Amino acid sequence: MPAVQPTPSVIPGATTQQRTLLVACGALAREVVELIRVNGWDHLTVSCLPAAWHNTPEKIPEGVRQRIRDSRGRFDRFLVLYGDCGTGGLLDQVLAEEGAERIAGPHCYAFYAGDAVFDALAEAEIGSFYLTDYLVRHFDRLIIQGLGLDRHPELRDLYFGNYKKLVYLAQTEDPDLKTRAAAAAGQLGLAFDYHFTGYGGLGDFMDRPARQEPAREAVLCPS
Amino acid sequence: MAEDDDLDLNSLDDDELVKQMHDDLYDGLKEEIEESVHILLNRGWAPYRVLTEALVEGMRIVGIDFRDGILFVPEVLLAANAMKGGMFILRPLLVETGAPKLGTMVIGTVKGDIHDIGKNLVSMMMEGAGFEVIDLGINNPVEKYLDALEEHKPDILGMSALLTTTMPYMKVVIDTMKEKGIRDDYVVLVGGAPLNEAFAEAVGADAYCRDAAVAVETAKEFMKRRHNRQGAA
Repeated sequence: MPAVQPTPSVIPGATTQQRTLLVACGALAREVVELIRVNGWDHLTVSCLPAAWHNTPEKIPEGVRQRIRDSRGRFDRFLVLYGDCGTGGLLDQVLAEEGAERIAGPHCYAFYAGDAVFDALAEAEIGSFYLTDYLVRHFDRLIIQGLGLDRHPELRDLYFGNYKKLVYLAQTEDPDLKTRAAAAAGQLGLAFDYHFTGYGGLGDFMDRPARQEPAREAVLCPS
Repeated sequence: MAEDDDLDLNSLDDDELVKQMHDDLYDGLKEEIEESVHILLNRGWAPYRVLTEALVEGMRIVGIDFRDGILFVPEVLLAANAMKGGMFILRPLLVETGAPKLGTMVIGTVKGDIHDIGKNLVSMMMEGAGFEVIDLGINNPVEKYLDALEEHKPDILGMSALLTTTMPYMKVVIDTMKEKGIRDDYVVLVGGAPLNEAFAEAVGADAYCRDAAVAVETAKEFMKRRHNRQGAA
């Protein structure tokens, strides 16, 4: 059981809330569902797209567009839980066209760690390879198999030769995940670094529509 | 397959061997490629012919299947590694025999970015196509690009980035070139997974190259235009 979970706190909130669809990267599903559960954000519905698109970001913009269009009419608002995620601004173009907004930041590492912390980590070691809880859990499938290292381990240094360090940005304090992340670093031939981030900016972004409601009574948000 | 394991490359005639090399490149078989390069050289083939007909043509096929989603990055890397083995043998011979040279390119990954898989593929394919390539490696600040332009006087500057956060640095380099009045002295090609044509235009590059094969074709096209301009001048 993780030692740290989002802690509910009561602030003046809404009775009428916009029906909101969260279009999220599947790599965030567990955290998003947990935040909704803990806070009782019943007006939020989550719809996830394949986390494997982490390796093929060119699929993200049109995938998000399609999900929004498929759901139009059933929701008042669309929030997108993706960073730019390597789409080179194309995701932002799609969101502008579809009238949706996304969490700020280039990728989930930044919105989990916060821009300042992430920038400091990147500045300290440019050759940092980042993992989140999700990526640790699915390291074998997404990284080892996804990059073909299971079939061709000799490619490891072609992919990771310029990296120096694996940085685990942890959303939960889970000793098992930490052990697995350290093992992943060993497998890639990298040093290991651990930073607990919690859920970072995720909860604040999900809570934003509720905050903007004019007449609110109570809503729970993470501390 | 057992038959493949037992295949004696020496027993194949030239056409069969070249076709086999295309297959071996496709399958990323470096040792077989190296052996076949030696066989063709021993049969009197010019190094440039081995390069173009066997290696470059084989990689062209790999590039098409990558573009069409039949091959994926790991397979392309293995193919590139096999070609690299062949190039290692041919490179000194190409210098000795004076293979045709289409132009010179300085290429590097921009500051803040350590990704070089795509850039390395472009370097190799450009070299295979007859360009002299000066590869600056990764994490290049503007000064390093400018120094290389000054030193090598290339026809083409290539910049690569994999990260959304680092690709804007290409504009820093191009703007600095403009400030120094040297922008139009070079063809500037940019590439990398998150880039697109609109971005290339926005930063003031001459073209966006979506993959190594396109980079080669684009570079050749620009070199033709340069020669035509020079011819007309």
